[in-house]
Amino acid sequence: MSDILDEIIKRNINVHRDSLLPLLQEIQNELGYLSDESINRIGQLTGMPTSKIYGVATFYDQFRFNPKGRFHIRVCHGTACHVNESMNIIRELERILKIKQGQTTRDGMYSLEVVNCMGACAVAPVMNINGKYMPAAEVNKIKDIIEGFVSNSSVYENCQ
Amino acid sequence: MNFPIEVNNKIIIARKGETILEALTRNGLKVPTLCHMTELNPTGSCRMCVVEVEGKANLITACSHPVEEWMKIKTHSPRVVNARKTNVELLLSNHPDDCLYCDRNGNCELQKFAAELNIRERRFTGKKNKYKTDPSGSSIVRDQAKCVLCGRCVRTCDEIMGVSTLGFIGRGNTTIIGPSFNRQLNLSSCIACGQCIMSCPTGALHEKRHSADLQHALHNTEKHVVIQYSPTLSISIGEELGMKPGKDLYGIINAALRKMGFDKIFDAAFAADLYIVELAAEMEKRMRSGGMVPMFSSDCPAWVKHVEQTYPEMIPHLSACKSPQQMFGAIIRSYYTTTFHVDIDNLYTVSAMPCTARKFESKREQMTQKGISDVDAVLTTREFNQFIRLNGIDTHQLEPEISDSPFHVQSSAGKLMGATGGLTEALIRTLYSRLAGKEIAQPKITEVRNVKDYKEYYMKIGEFKLGFAIVNSVKYAEKIINEIKAGRDDIHFVEVVACPGGCVNGGGQPFSNDQNIAKARIKSIYDNDEKDPIRFAHKNPAILDLYREYLGQPGGEKSESLLYTTYSKREVSL
Repeated sequence: MSDILDEIIKRNINVHRDSLLPLLQEIQNELGYLSDESINRIGQLTGMPTSKIYGVATFYDQFRFNPKGRFHIRVCHGTACHVNESMNIIRELERILKIKQGQTTRDGMYSLEVVNCMGACAVAPVMNINGKYMPAAEVNKIKDIIEGFVSNSSVYENCQ
Repeated sequence: MNFPIEVNNKIIIARKGETILEALTRNGLKVPTLCHMTELNPTGSCRMCVVEVEGKANLITACSHPVEEWMKIKTHSPRVVNARKTNVELLLSNHPDDCLYCDRNGNCELQKFAAELNIRERRFTGKKNKYKTDPSGSSIVRDQAKCVLCGRCVRTCDEIMGVSTLGFIGRGNTTIIGPSFNRQLNLSSCIACGQCIMSCPTGALHEKRHSADLQHALHNTEKHVVIQYSPTLSISIGEELGMKPGKDLYGIINAALRKMGFDKIFDAAFAADLYIVELAAEMEKRMRSGGMVPMFSSDCPAWVKHVEQTYPEMIPHLSACKSPQQMFGAIIRSYYTTTFHVDIDNLYTVSAMPCTARKFESKREQMTQKGISDVDAVLTTREFNQFIRLNGIDTHQLEPEISDSPFHVQSSAGKLMGATGGLTEALIRTLYSRLAGKEIAQPKITEVRNVKDYKEYYMKIGEFKLGFAIVNSVKYAEKIINEIKAGRDDIHFVEVVACPGGCVNGGGQPFSNDQNIAKARIKSIYDNDEKDPIRFAHKNPAILDLYREYLGQPGGEKSESLLYTTYSKREVSL
């Protein structure tokens, strides 16, 4: 793992604070998230303070600091979804999964991410599990939607 | 190039290239600032310094906008004052509002603005900041709820110290300030220098208080309370008592402490002398036996931590000598208790220092004997001042007294350590006598005084041609360390003080935005050196007595067991 990391960082060794983003994106694409280890490693190899790298990374919603769960749930909080009360969906998901947005359940099954627009405003409020859109989500059906998705999922069947 | 501009219907002269704020300040016009600090890059984020410029639709931040020839500026028009007032009201809207319970009650900049702008009602009721305080650090406590996000601590940590522990985390109204990964301070790369406390306008950063513990010990009749205070303290407490900056209150402090009920009062300048004598002995040993040269100074605990975490491969270069505070702690716990028959279990040692890192140092694992710390409590200058007031001492009615024997004599060499370059100067004086076998003809070495960022000084002592490097703030240490790693060998001693200017500008000193105060204190140190009868650490009779009666000789077996310490690598996110 750290070999891949070093290779990516060494390819971008001349980055400074203003050109840090592509490097962070590349690492996230490779690892799925930005681990503490990867941020420390960027700091060691480029000489940038980790507090600044972490500061840049936390500024953008696109970066995760926990690995994705087996079921990655994204909830839209763009304008159309916001006026259609997507906040309630986020709260309900946080309640059911017992995690906060940006976190992953301890068993590694679910992760929750809030995004700004998924381009499906016509069917707001929208959520998305592992790339599959769930249009016009309703708060009281959230649990059924997740359970339905999980039981139909081949990943889940393979686990059984 | 100078040109006239119009300010408040009057003409003032501005210089090309300076900011509006600089032009106004130079002409004696005061504009309130919050996020601005003269030595830092301007950000214009707090918008307290806004001024009205004719022809511009919006108000302009004076701290970050260059002055231009055509400008007609209004600094206190109703529009400007109203904007400033609204800014402060918005900052207050999520502030915890617990001023009476706040560390900065009475000297908070936010409080000052609220009073100046006459804010008397709550116009905006925002959601209150609710963050847990972080008491994990051994020196510095962070209280995120009181933070106004001015970024002064972040920029100080970055630009002045070069440590970059603190950074902004997140975005918008969920932004917070914290170390990497928003971990606790004790797990971070913080070197505890306390410069962030000095730069914080509110109570979001303050030192960990030891004074309550001390008050209990002081009034416990069984406890034998001994205090050592830094010589920098005597030239730093005057301002708060209404005297001019840099005034030396040496004898007054002794009298005040005696009135408060301390059993023994020692001036830590004695320990500074001891440190210099030991350091010279170690230096000579390294020079003659081919030890690790250059030797790094070890008196600044912030610098020591910086080496341990940033340059662990350079640890062998650090002098093995404990800092003066810890040397004194060890001597009090051993020599003093046996000579004066004090029960070691009832001994309570206090140290008063202009420094926050000393609190961290006293808790270092290597600084204990049989699990007990050599120094029980460390007060900063601010806490010391408050302690004097708490105990109802009127310093104006006190007559100077001398500190207690057997450590009652101090040379002016030890006192030099309060300023950057002072250690080198004092060390050269003692080293000269060791290496050349005679005293130096001119003890005053102006070349090592008032070092700006970094300076090298060469001197031939006996058979050796020695190179000394003086580094003013850890930020400038990187260059010399890289050169040493690359094989540079003409430097033999590197003095590093974490805080720019030296201990006189330490993180435990009274709050002030005035740069000249530190200069006045430095001047006071050098003036004192001119008129002191004892200008060499190794000529201090009390030091000579201590070696004759107890320690044997500098660098001897007893010194090594009591006054030497070890260092270890630290794993932190840099």
